[in-house]
Amino acid sequence: METILSIEHVEKYYGSKSSLTKALDNVSFVVEKGEYVAIMGASGSGKTTLLNCISTIDKVTSGHIYVAGQDITKLKGNSLNQFRREELGFIFQDFNLLDTLTAYENIALALSIQNISKNEIANRVNQTAKELGIEDVLNKYPYQMSGGQKQRIAAARAIVTDPKLVLADEPTGALDSKSSKMLLESFRYLNEGLDATILMVTHDAFTASYASRVIFIKDGKMFNEIMRGGRARKEFFGEIIDVISLLGGDVSDAL
Amino acid sequence: MLFKIAIKNLGKSIRDYAIYFFTLVIGVTIFYIFNALESQTVMLNVNDTTHEIIELMNTTLSGVSVFVAVVLGALIVYASRFLIKRRNKEFGIYLTLGMSKRKMSGILLIETVVVGILSLLVGLIIGVVISQFMSVLVADIFEADMSRYTFTFSKESFVKTCIYFGIMYVVVILFNTISIGKCKLIDLLYASKKSEKLKLKNPILCSIIFIISAVVLGYAYYQVTVNLYDMDASSDMIKVIVMGSVSTFFIFWSVSGMLLTIFTRIKSVYYRKLNSFVLRQFSSKANTMVFAMTIICLMLFLTICMLGTAFSLSQSMNKNIREMTPCDVNLEKKCNMTEDELEDYENREALLADSKVSIRETLQQNGFDVDDKLTDIVEVNTYEDDNFTMGDSMGDIINDMENYYTFIFAEQKEMIMKLSDYNKVAKAYGKETFTLKDDEYVLVADFASMVEVRNQVLKNGRNASIFGHELQSKYGECQDGFISISSNHINIGIFVVPDAVVDEGAVSTNMLIANYRADNEEDGDAIEKELQSMLKRMWTVDTLISMESRRYVTESTVGLGAMITFIGLYVGIVFLMASAAVLALKELSESADNVERFMILRKLGTDERMINGALFKQIGIFFLFPMLLAVIHSVFGLKMANLVLETFDTGSELGSSIVMTSLVIVLIYGGYFLVTYFTSRRMIKG
Repeated sequence: METILSIEHVEKYYGSKSSLTKALDNVSFVVEKGEYVAIMGASGSGKTTLLNCISTIDKVTSGHIYVAGQDITKLKGNSLNQFRREELGFIFQDFNLLDTLTAYENIALALSIQNISKNEIANRVNQTAKELGIEDVLNKYPYQMSGGQKQRIAAARAIVTDPKLVLADEPTGALDSKSSKMLLESFRYLNEGLDATILMVTHDAFTASYASRVIFIKDGKMFNEIMRGGRARKEFFGEIIDVISLLGGDVSDAL
Repeated sequence: MLFKIAIKNLGKSIRDYAIYFFTLVIGVTIFYIFNALESQTVMLNVNDTTHEIIELMNTTLSGVSVFVAVVLGALIVYASRFLIKRRNKEFGIYLTLGMSKRKMSGILLIETVVVGILSLLVGLIIGVVISQFMSVLVADIFEADMSRYTFTFSKESFVKTCIYFGIMYVVVILFNTISIGKCKLIDLLYASKKSEKLKLKNPILCSIIFIISAVVLGYAYYQVTVNLYDMDASSDMIKVIVMGSVSTFFIFWSVSGMLLTIFTRIKSVYYRKLNSFVLRQFSSKANTMVFAMTIICLMLFLTICMLGTAFSLSQSMNKNIREMTPCDVNLEKKCNMTEDELEDYENREALLADSKVSIRETLQQNGFDVDDKLTDIVEVNTYEDDNFTMGDSMGDIINDMENYYTFIFAEQKEMIMKLSDYNKVAKAYGKETFTLKDDEYVLVADFASMVEVRNQVLKNGRNASIFGHELQSKYGECQDGFISISSNHINIGIFVVPDAVVDEGAVSTNMLIANYRADNEEDGDAIEKELQSMLKRMWTVDTLISMESRRYVTESTVGLGAMITFIGLYVGIVFLMASAAVLALKELSESADNVERFMILRKLGTDERMINGALFKQIGIFFLFPMLLAVIHSVFGLKMANLVLETFDTGSELGSSIVMTSLVIVLIYGGYFLVTYFTSRRMIKG
């Protein structure tokens, strides 16, 4: 198996010497190609900080993050941007679609900033749209779409560049349960059908149960890790709930 | 407490809206400088002619100032309104905390007063400093004695500036209070969350409307240039102006839709880098400010025309002046006047008698020794034939001319001169002389549009019946020349005929052309003064001699040129500033939304260079677009101005005046653009 993401002893501190907050405290794990990993934790547990560090939006205090063998904590300036647009795909809780562009143009933008030719753009956008079943909304503007449609457009935008790693930050956070389910089915297709590697941050057990592995974080530290193996999703969901109750106290509001 | 909040708010937004503050300051400065001209020029030691011009300039300037104040006032009200809109969330928080609307208005009041006082103070200080340079410049232009430099501070201008801007700020405060009174808490808190519904227009409809507007605009252009002579004065002009303005509005209404239609089809451009993003940004902004863009475009159009015309006018006037004043003085007197003609004068008998003698005699009789004071004297007559009017010489075309020029009518008698007389004048002026056969005449004129019409007439037939003689024009067209000195080409036509043709009894005017017998300027000035005061004393009492002198023409022309330039600059700069400031403020106030959009681009991994490029393009297109249409308007506007002002021969100076105009525009408009770009760039850095 090829290692896509390798996190080694990552620490992230906020604040000054007098009042230090350890947002991430010695976190290490590895994501292999084709994996679908969910990171769970309560709000304030450090899961979004971790995602920001992987996506190079934030910088680690110490430790290393390797994506496809490349140490991204050493990247600077435009090579950071290049890394982001070529190796990563993003999906955010609040979609982050450009409201002035149509769905098609939003997806195409991820390609046009890589200076890809228009024919190639058209091929890849249409291909991706077909796979995610969003062809009929391609010419709509974000304000004309439902939340679920928007998030699937965002997913298409994330995957269209054929990234090594797709990062999703609370992708179902702003969706109702029906849209969530549809989006998660799409994610499953991305993972199983297109062999995309997905790292998803969520505090929702149902969302996490679609993943193949769930990592729990508490107070900036890795707390637990469970694998789905060959089990059915419902069974896996049960185990996730068990861990959450084990985490106890403040994490129960994660449900 | 309120004061503290207000001051803190100002401190917070001063960096982002510095451009607004500077616009206010420059507004105050300019207002002060131009109004201070009055008190500066009043003190200048200049002669009477210049004094008259200066007075005219000052009256015009103070009139224009009212207009300028209205423009600046509109700008300030507009700006403060959408600066308030940006602060909805802040006001929402105040309201949830239980602050009364009265107190909120109080905060705004304090802010406006502080900004107002600061801008007035800074603006006035800069104004006083710059107006010191202005007074040197003005003195130089009006050739005033500036041997002793005095620090000038115009109290009138100071008070006027304070009052005008005071009124503007009071209006702003009223508007602010009203808009605070009307706002609702729910709207304030969720203003930013309300997803702005994109106003989408049907692209096909847009394209159709764009084409229709362009056609209407083209027709308006045609009317003011090619078809200018066929228009009936003001009512047609208003029609054309309305046509132009309305089609300008619809062009802005439809342009973004049309551009989108075109560019979404050119996929290799549209999907290149951030082009799709830039175009959409422009279109969403253009759609929300169609009206403002129209006003801005029209203001820019006026600015370009005003600056362009002012520069070329003053330049061509100064150039013409040397060519048009080849001698020191022209004296002219109507001859053989009748009782009827003198009906309006009291001293009829004396004037009647005087009209029978020559200018030389009148001057000698009144103690002015002509040969002692004047040299290079040329005395000539002009004649009129009762049976040779403009109607006779020009035929049907005279009807059109009567409509177009107020000073031309069919019954007007043509001016006739003896060949020998004309050649004397031409020799003195260093112009071409003529020789004629017994049955020939030559038509001399230099007023461009009359020359054109006269040439048309000559093409149809060269015959003319003058004093009963059938004559033929020697040339197929008018010849260049004039006999009276003036500030520009105004000779509408002199028929120069063989001496034998003329009936000596039909003398219409007597002319005396001469130079002063003086070794230096001062002596010449003295003779001019003597002659002038004498003729002024005798005017309508003893004689009707009119005088035109090189000095007078030069002074009034230079003065007029300076005045036109000043007013052009005054209004031009204010208009440019106001337009650019509105665009800049709109762009900056939207940068808050843009922060989010550019953040998304960054998260997608767009290069910093590409982002800056997109921002530059976005702001550039936004600034360029109204300017582009304004420039196209101006091409035709300036053409029309040239036709209207053709006596000044402004066309020949267009090149350099375009350079000057562009310089002013690039400096001010370009300056605003750059400041907007760099401020925006800093804002989106987040």
